[in-house]
Amino acid sequence: MLRKLLLAPVAVSLLAATSLAGAATELTVYTAVEAEDLKRYAETFNEDHPDITINWVRDSTGIVTAKLLAEKNNPQADVVWGLAATSLLLLKSEGMLEAYAPAGVEKLDPKFVDKSDPPTWTGMDAWVASVCYNTVESEKLGLSPPASWKDLADPMYKGHVIMPNPNSSGTGFLDVSSWLQMFGEEDGWKYMDALHENIARYTHSGSKPCKLAAAGEIPIGVSFAFRGAKSKAAGAPLDIIVPSEGVGWDMEATAIVAGTANLDAAKTLVDWSITEKANKMYNVGYAVVGMPGIAQPVKYFPEGLLDAMIDNDFEFAANNRKRILAEWQSRYDSKSEAK
Amino acid sequence: MSKSKSYLQIDNLWKAFGDFVALQDVSLDVFEGEFVCFLGPSGCGKTTLLRAIAGLDLQSRGSVIQDGVDVSELPPAQRDFGIVFQSYALFPNLTIRKNIAFGLENAGRDRASINNRVEELLQLVGLPEQGDKYPAQLSGGQQQRIALARAIATSPGLLLLDEPLSALDAKVRVRLRHEIKALQRELGVTTIMVTHDQEEALAMADRIVVINEGRIEQVGTPTEIYQNPQTLFVADFIGEMNQFEATIDDQRQLQIGSSRFSCRSHEFTSGAQVIAAIRPDNIVPQPLDYKAAGEVNCHRVVLKDMEFLGSFWRCRLHNENFKVNHLIADFSANAVRRLNLQPDQSMMVQLPEDTMIIYARDEARV
Amino acid sequence: MNPAAKGKLSLPAGRDIKAVVSRDDHMMRWWMALIGVYLIVTLAMPLYAMLSKSVSTYRFDLQQFEFQVSDEAGDFTSPPVLASSLNQTLGAVSAQALNTSADGRLAATEFFPDFSFRSPVNYRIRGTSEQAAYLVGSSLTTGTEWTEIDSNTFRRVQLRPVASTGLGNFSTYFSTPALMGSIRNSLYIAVISTLITVTLAFGFAYALSRSCVRYKSTFRLIAMIPILVPSLLPGIALIYLFGNQGMLKELMFGGTIYGPTGIVLGSVFFTFPHAFLIISTALSISDARYYEAAVSLRSSPWRTFRVVTLPGARYGIISAAFVVFNLVITDFGLPKVIGGQFNVLAVDIYKQVIGQQNFEMGAVVSVVLIIPAILAFTIDRIVQRKQVALLSARAVPYQPSPDKKADSIWLVYCAMVSVFIVGLIAVCQYAALVKFWPYNLTLSLNNYQFDQMDGGGWASYFNSIKLGLLTAVVGTCIVFFGAYLVEKSNGFNTGRGLFQMVAMLPMAIPGMVLGLAYIFFFNSPANPLNVIYGTMTILVVCTVTHFYTVSHLTAVTALKQMDREFEAVAASLKQSALKVFTRVTIPVCLPAILDISIYLFVNAMTTVSAVVFLYSPKTTLASIAVLNMDDAGDIAPAAAMGMMIFYTNAGARILHLFASRKILKRTQAWRQR
Repeated sequence: MLRKLLLAPVAVSLLAATSLAGAATELTVYTAVEAEDLKRYAETFNEDHPDITINWVRDSTGIVTAKLLAEKNNPQADVVWGLAATSLLLLKSEGMLEAYAPAGVEKLDPKFVDKSDPPTWTGMDAWVASVCYNTVESEKLGLSPPASWKDLADPMYKGHVIMPNPNSSGTGFLDVSSWLQMFGEEDGWKYMDALHENIARYTHSGSKPCKLAAAGEIPIGVSFAFRGAKSKAAGAPLDIIVPSEGVGWDMEATAIVAGTANLDAAKTLVDWSITEKANKMYNVGYAVVGMPGIAQPVKYFPEGLLDAMIDNDFEFAANNRKRILAEWQSRYDSKSEAK
Repeated sequence: MSKSKSYLQIDNLWKAFGDFVALQDVSLDVFEGEFVCFLGPSGCGKTTLLRAIAGLDLQSRGSVIQDGVDVSELPPAQRDFGIVFQSYALFPNLTIRKNIAFGLENAGRDRASINNRVEELLQLVGLPEQGDKYPAQLSGGQQQRIALARAIATSPGLLLLDEPLSALDAKVRVRLRHEIKALQRELGVTTIMVTHDQEEALAMADRIVVINEGRIEQVGTPTEIYQNPQTLFVADFIGEMNQFEATIDDQRQLQIGSSRFSCRSHEFTSGAQVIAAIRPDNIVPQPLDYKAAGEVNCHRVVLKDMEFLGSFWRCRLHNENFKVNHLIADFSANAVRRLNLQPDQSMMVQLPEDTMIIYARDEARV
Repeated sequence: MNPAAKGKLSLPAGRDIKAVVSRDDHMMRWWMALIGVYLIVTLAMPLYAMLSKSVSTYRFDLQQFEFQVSDEAGDFTSPPVLASSLNQTLGAVSAQALNTSADGRLAATEFFPDFSFRSPVNYRIRGTSEQAAYLVGSSLTTGTEWTEIDSNTFRRVQLRPVASTGLGNFSTYFSTPALMGSIRNSLYIAVISTLITVTLAFGFAYALSRSCVRYKSTFRLIAMIPILVPSLLPGIALIYLFGNQGMLKELMFGGTIYGPTGIVLGSVFFTFPHAFLIISTALSISDARYYEAAVSLRSSPWRTFRVVTLPGARYGIISAAFVVFNLVITDFGLPKVIGGQFNVLAVDIYKQVIGQQNFEMGAVVSVVLIIPAILAFTIDRIVQRKQVALLSARAVPYQPSPDKKADSIWLVYCAMVSVFIVGLIAVCQYAALVKFWPYNLTLSLNNYQFDQMDGGGWASYFNSIKLGLLTAVVGTCIVFFGAYLVEKSNGFNTGRGLFQMVAMLPMAIPGMVLGLAYIFFFNSPANPLNVIYGTMTILVVCTVTHFYTVSHLTAVTALKQMDREFEAVAASLKQSALKVFTRVTIPVCLPAILDISIYLFVNAMTTVSAVVFLYSPKTTLASIAVLNMDDAGDIAPAAAMGMMIFYTNAGARILHLFASRKILKRTQAWRQR
């Protein structure tokens, strides 16, 4: 029984592999891109490369990163397309990424390309922090909209702010690391101490604060612009606020997983992922994309987002991640349960 | 019977469950065509012995030889027996017919011969109409017969019955023990039955094997066992027995309390402390004035109370000399009428010397 | 009888009789060994892998790095120096700080207090062994070759730790207050939920068995509803009811549902049927004769309750308490959805693994979580054994007599509990149909467009059904056959005892822990079984293992009711055990077999904890989709998917009911007299 149980799927997958080999290459692509965009991405890609089938492995940034790290010695993915650059840096430092300079990489904004030569990853679009502000609920509570991060620490907002937990959300970490970079370590923590007093709770995912704000569950959600624009488009009474000090950002990026059996197809995909067509495709949801001069304004996106993006030091973020998270946990995770 | 050839030989069988020794050095010959009962109180090891013979629970030491073949280490399937359990173990989801046919199916038989055999067996156990019913639709007695039919379907050399009647009510039990005995005679199959019911054993067995605490106490025909129990245990277990602490006077005399009795000749030395025993039905009632010449062992007793048990009266007698509270005696209804016996009256009883059995005192077990 | 005297007896010397093992026994032993191996591979070995993960630590081994600093002209004249000796003189990094996790980094500049990135000196770094690893910027470098860099680059050099073993992770865990707090929190909610659930369920079961309350069968049906939904569904309903925009938020009086309140309320919902079932059974075996005695002694109802009812059901109550405690403390979905800032152990595992990619710490939390779970499980087993002893006494079933006043009080009570259960489900269904709560209350099916959301879309739903069916079929086969072998094979006692023990183990292993253990075990490239990683097979295997114990016990109970002598009879008739198995055992046990299948199906549909680490994009599941959609803030679609699971399970239950009836009618004709 056991034998049968074990062998049956093997047989099936072998069968599947042989029958497909002639027809098309299948690429297992890990991604954290929003589910609703994946179909479009695959379809657009297949317009140019119908012979490559993409099998998406989609999950939140944390899970995809954990999955990739867990599979470090037995990689299942061929390509990572649409994962936070901070995560890719982590993978890079484990030697898990294949260095490859895709054709046309010089056309990208250098900010969007890994500094190594050849680069191990290339950026697609930026993913910018913002504050989602529910106008209806705020009015009910008599709040006025915050203009800056510092405003958000005002006692007026006590219990009315939700932000993602940096220990489980990439967005949360990107906020924390940007504050530390903008305000400096000491002032950064001081700021978070004050902000913590206003936080109703920390969520696991980065998009949830904005969705909760959209649903009126909380008036203010620290999230990212893209999510806010989506919710606004869906009819939520939201204002998307870009704090005046500047906003942290991360980018969605692409890389080839070292040891892939489908290196040629993987290169084809990565080459395509930085084409103008691809960048236009990203631009449907994201106001900031890797190729300069391509981006069209996206509806509901706040103005001046590009200028507000700080000069993010990804290496600092990656190399100090563990330390920052431990510090954050000891400051806020243990305190919060006293409530 | 004893002239027949031995069919099953059990030699020095021991069985231990951990520290508990369930069978001690049991040896026994069972003859071909014989009906043997293993009789003993519950927990005495009789079922353990049966299961060892079947190979269901192997013995720890000793051998079992069946029909000249040493089967000591063989699994049940490689031995030759049919078995009926107390629970009957009829397959509840199979019809009676299919239950009986169960063992016939892979013996290279064709459908028709199986069907014939099943019909034959149904006739044999007297249930020809019930073949298409399920076990639960039959009475206990009927189920028992089906279990028997299934066990003998393959004509095994040995039939094992493990308390086959104990789940039935008294009437059915009496009828069935008759039927089983008759069937066994007809088939001539060597049969071993385990029972704790002495009546059953006495009524059915050619020979009875009395077992106590893992040992064979006595092997004998029912009359031997009843009339001549070799140990106090057997005496006590089979039927009723009055027991007295007694002292041997000489070869033919013993003393119970202050009364003197004559007894059968024995090997005890004078002064030996023994137990004298007599069965209630061996006590003979006599009128108060009875004193026949030369009659010994006649004693005057007070009839304390009497209990009517149908064919006889069970009476409790008292004589302060006997050092026992009561002497139990079974008097026929006839005798009671003849002697006009009433409670609280005095009477004479006679304890015939040849019915008095003597056991060594240290043999007595609590 | 004198057992002491008998004990002194011993067997005569001689050879032990050794049974010639029959072909049947041989076969059965092989099969049992095979299923035993299955359990070892799917349970013992993954747990071992997890345990070893929890003691696998990461340390910066300073002996492994060597530096050389040039003079201002760039010439390397001074001798190379080990990081360890630098640290010895400087004391820059404490021994405790050298313990780290897999992604630990240590800046090389720590060892050069007068380091300046403007300095003209150059630096060289190399490992002293091939394992030594460091980062220059973000590029991984290993080996014993010198790397030469200028001082500006040298500040970007980070040392990486090496793996070793030890209890370092545990000491880190117990010295982290945020993590330690979770132990207290977990115990807190488990105890409170247990108290409430058991009290509520006792009242409910009491009303149904000891009063003449009306609509008994309806109430019984309602009590079972929570079994059909994932544990996080009540969480979603509670948010719609008592969240900041909740329909009944005024009832919170300014408090928040996020946190212990929400977890406890939701836990009461999803553990209620378990407690109710156990207590009902306990109450139903109580002997009516005691009540008659109590009445004839003119005992007051309250006294009767205290002296007769409670003691009679005490094992049931204790057992229910531990089952509920275990369910709550190991549950992951509910605290994830509604726990807010209230950290509990099960969620900590998830945060450690998913949020921080700290697998070692995840394993440590798992080990910590197993301890209360195993304790609760052990006590429950002991109590269960006592209850069985109670059962064996023949009891006269109690027939309640009507009492207008009491019956109407019980009716109100049962109705309230039912409203709580049905209410939560109804809220979920309503929320799933509302277009945009709370701003647009028009009804629509938009939330059912799962393909637009996270979680794998409709494919997840069909995957779940596939998982449910496969688990039911494969699981039932393995479980029932395994139980049959353990119950009915001869000899081989050690093996059978061992098998029984292993079969009981899954109940004590929290799903999260099992799932994590599966990653460690099956995703290891050294494991030839890693081909099943990421497939439906591993989900089936994991789910079967996760729910093995209850299925096994169901099978064993059914098999124990079969006459012990069937196999002996068959052997005497020279028929194979297999024939008895197929012709008798299976047909007679068919009701139990169907029960096991539906149990496995329903649980496969609702399970979250075990499979959350194991699903792949091709095998996303509906229950995980509920979790992920909620996580992404798509709460209404999460509710919608949860309701899909509910309807599917309810449908499966009804189907199971009809199928059992039909099969019973056909194959179990013998049951009717």
